[in-house]
Amino acid sequence: MAAFTLTVNGQSHRVEASPEMPLLWVLRDRLGLTGTKFGCGQGLCGACTVHLGDAPVRSCKTRLGDVGSRHITTIEGLDPHGAHPLQKAWVELDVAQCGYCQTGQIMTAAALLAKNPHPSDADIDHALGRNACRCGTYLRIREAVHAAAGQRREVIP
Amino acid sequence: MSTTRRDFIKTVGSLSLAFYLPLDAKHAPAAAPPAVGSFEPNGMLRIDGDGSVTVWATRAEIGQGVRTSMAMAIAEELEADWSKVKVLQASTDPKFGDLGVTGGSQTTRSTTQALRKVGAQAREMLLQAAADSWGVPKAECLARSGRIQHPPSHRDLGFGDLVAKAAALTPPADPPLKATKDFRILGKNIPRLDGPDIVTGRAQFATDIHLPGMLVASIERCPVFGGKVKSFDASTALKVPGVKQVLQVPSGVAVFAEDTWSAFQGRQALKVQWEEGPAAQVDSASIRRQFEARLKSAGKVVRKEGDPAQALPAAAKRIKATYDAPFLAHATMEPMVAVADVKADRCKVWAPTQAPGMALPSVQAITGLKAEQIEIQVTLAGGGFGRRAMSDFIADAVACSKAAGAPVKVQWTRPDDFQHDGYRPATLHELEAGLDGQSRPLAWLHRFVGGSIAASNHFPWPPEAAELSGASDLAYDIPNLQVEWGQSDTPVPLWFWRAVPASFNPFVTECFWDELAHAAGKDPLDFRLDHLPKAPRQLGRDTFDPARYRAVLELAAAKSEWRTRKLPKGWGRGIAAHAYLDCGTYVAQVAEVEAEADGPIHVRHVVCAVDCGMVLNPRNVKAQMESGIAFGLSAALYGEIAIKAGRVTATSFLDQPMLLMPNMPKIEVHIVPSDLPPGGVGEPGLPPLAPAVGNAVFAATGKRLRSLPLLPKPLRRA
Repeated sequence: MAAFTLTVNGQSHRVEASPEMPLLWVLRDRLGLTGTKFGCGQGLCGACTVHLGDAPVRSCKTRLGDVGSRHITTIEGLDPHGAHPLQKAWVELDVAQCGYCQTGQIMTAAALLAKNPHPSDADIDHALGRNACRCGTYLRIREAVHAAAGQRREVIP
Repeated sequence: MSTTRRDFIKTVGSLSLAFYLPLDAKHAPAAAPPAVGSFEPNGMLRIDGDGSVTVWATRAEIGQGVRTSMAMAIAEELEADWSKVKVLQASTDPKFGDLGVTGGSQTTRSTTQALRKVGAQAREMLLQAAADSWGVPKAECLARSGRIQHPPSHRDLGFGDLVAKAAALTPPADPPLKATKDFRILGKNIPRLDGPDIVTGRAQFATDIHLPGMLVASIERCPVFGGKVKSFDASTALKVPGVKQVLQVPSGVAVFAEDTWSAFQGRQALKVQWEEGPAAQVDSASIRRQFEARLKSAGKVVRKEGDPAQALPAAAKRIKATYDAPFLAHATMEPMVAVADVKADRCKVWAPTQAPGMALPSVQAITGLKAEQIEIQVTLAGGGFGRRAMSDFIADAVACSKAAGAPVKVQWTRPDDFQHDGYRPATLHELEAGLDGQSRPLAWLHRFVGGSIAASNHFPWPPEAAELSGASDLAYDIPNLQVEWGQSDTPVPLWFWRAVPASFNPFVTECFWDELAHAAGKDPLDFRLDHLPKAPRQLGRDTFDPARYRAVLELAAAKSEWRTRKLPKGWGRGIAAHAYLDCGTYVAQVAEVEAEADGPIHVRHVVCAVDCGMVLNPRNVKAQMESGIAFGLSAALYGEIAIKAGRVTATSFLDQPMLLMPNMPKIEVHIVPSDLPPGGVGEPGLPPLAPAVGNAVFAATGKRLRSLPLLPKPLRRA
């Protein structure tokens, strides 16, 4: 057990926990931020994606002890009112089906757009290519990222 | 799906009655309206004084969009202002009626008419209430977008203003329904009501529930099917910080902790000795040998026309082939989870269940409580695909809460979810067919073997009940036709998986039909169109309509430019269709692939034509077709649950990949306009995909793939 000070969505939290505890469970079980989902705990599905600084990370494989002073952003902090262009595009294009993986998809997409405001299909496939969606919403995810980027969807060859 | 499975769904969930306004005293509108002023003409509909409309969905949302489509059906007839409609989820509280089973793509087909009636009854009562207020004939009043209008006097009132008066009226028994041409909500691209909550992370799944004093439990189960706990040593587990107790429960040994991660850590420190039992001798190879042996003897004849055994020797040309399909896991994105709070005199469960009524008896058995002391609240589900109609994960939570004397959430891990599923049955098929001198189909003999879902779960049905769709309902007209199914059970537990037997049988029959077309020297599309029955025919309890089958084939062919567009070198196209008779939906697909023999397969483009009757929400139909294609493609390319020493080898998405974005084909969905009653769309997009891809691979490479999954093992990487 050790004490950590985390900055999550701009708020400071003091957490006493093992440094080994994955950030996912700190967020979900200690801070009640349940928008970040547990999909595999193996870093393979992307449902638990949050931002550490500007980078998208798999919170299930991020040790609490490795967070350091980097700011954490979760879906709850992306825009609490759902006004982020990605959130608006997601609702507009009715991307979600069951919805479980979608917060991880959106957080991954948000990190992409922050670095690359006008991504191509290939850029999107590269950035989101390891985020699993069992409902198969991939085509609308890609379309929504383009829509949020203010671009028309490119035709895939 | 077999007729028996449909019966089962109907029996468990007496579908329509729940939605009609009950006339008994318990449900009659209150003599005096509630103080807050609301109108609750039915357990699943409430209109409040502020004009807001709340609908309780009585089927589970598993990504197929029913929370929105059920609300749309009520709102349409109610003439609600859609912006004031919200949806909540029903529980097993009797006021909601029977929640049935969400499965078999049945929700739309079986509830839409009844839901419309719920809306219409409430609308008529609001109209009457307004007419009474104004002292005018009801016939002069109109309901429009959340208001009742009286055009002759230019008066109008909001629904909210009328709730008290409406609540005092008797619901009409047979309210008029709107004409389809007057629909303003149904048939439109209405975004799903859950969208805003999903994108902000507010949508609450069962795994997100936290109750005061709640413990989180994780259960170590015997990795071998049917195995039991011999002994366990919890001493190290109990030293893990956060772990509260370790107890044996019916499904294994449960570690209870103050949070999820501590429970997982405690479980890792747990030492359990297992009594593995006889299943430990079973593996994929032994199951294959068992199936091969069973295939040598006759199975139960499940369809027979003419006599293929007699006709085959006279055939001008004969072909024979063996096909197989593996066990598959559901792999929902949200691993199994449920929360239970068992008290001495009551029990409440929160679970993402597709079949709360089926879970109730096991909750009663564990708690010893009466049905009326138990409430199962259905939550949002992170995927379902049939898996969440099982009761095991609910029984876990209830047993753990009872054992611990506290509210408990039982959280499964991803390996748990892969290793303790009810699997899509594996099957082995042998087919022989013959052509006459004019290259017309003369005889078809299809024998296949596999385990029985019915037997595996002790359902009181014929063992073949859930194994035959896509085989015994072969669409084509063949004078001599025989289909046999041989039961060959294994210790691997079986369950309904999206499209059930139509997830494998159409792969076999539509690929073998393709082989027959090539043997006949015919174009695979023509060979399908040329040998359809001339008139509708009875197949089992359902009627097969060859005109609808033909229409989807022709539409998919036309939109994919089947006859005219040349594909690049190394590409091939394949076609397949399936009539999902049980939910009234016909689908044909053309797949275009780039493939090498024994090499990679890239599915580039799928053109899908669907006739699902009247369309409730075109965008959702399109989404469900894409979803069925993606799910089907995961299975077709990568899906295989292998068994070794009585256990499932897969523990992660590396072992059992699912389709990811870079391999998602471009998909076009074309809908056949129809006035027929609305059909289901959750499953029917899946069955044609694997055969369309298999046929396309043959067209591209000349190599016929007859074993699922299609990719060679080293290439099964998503």
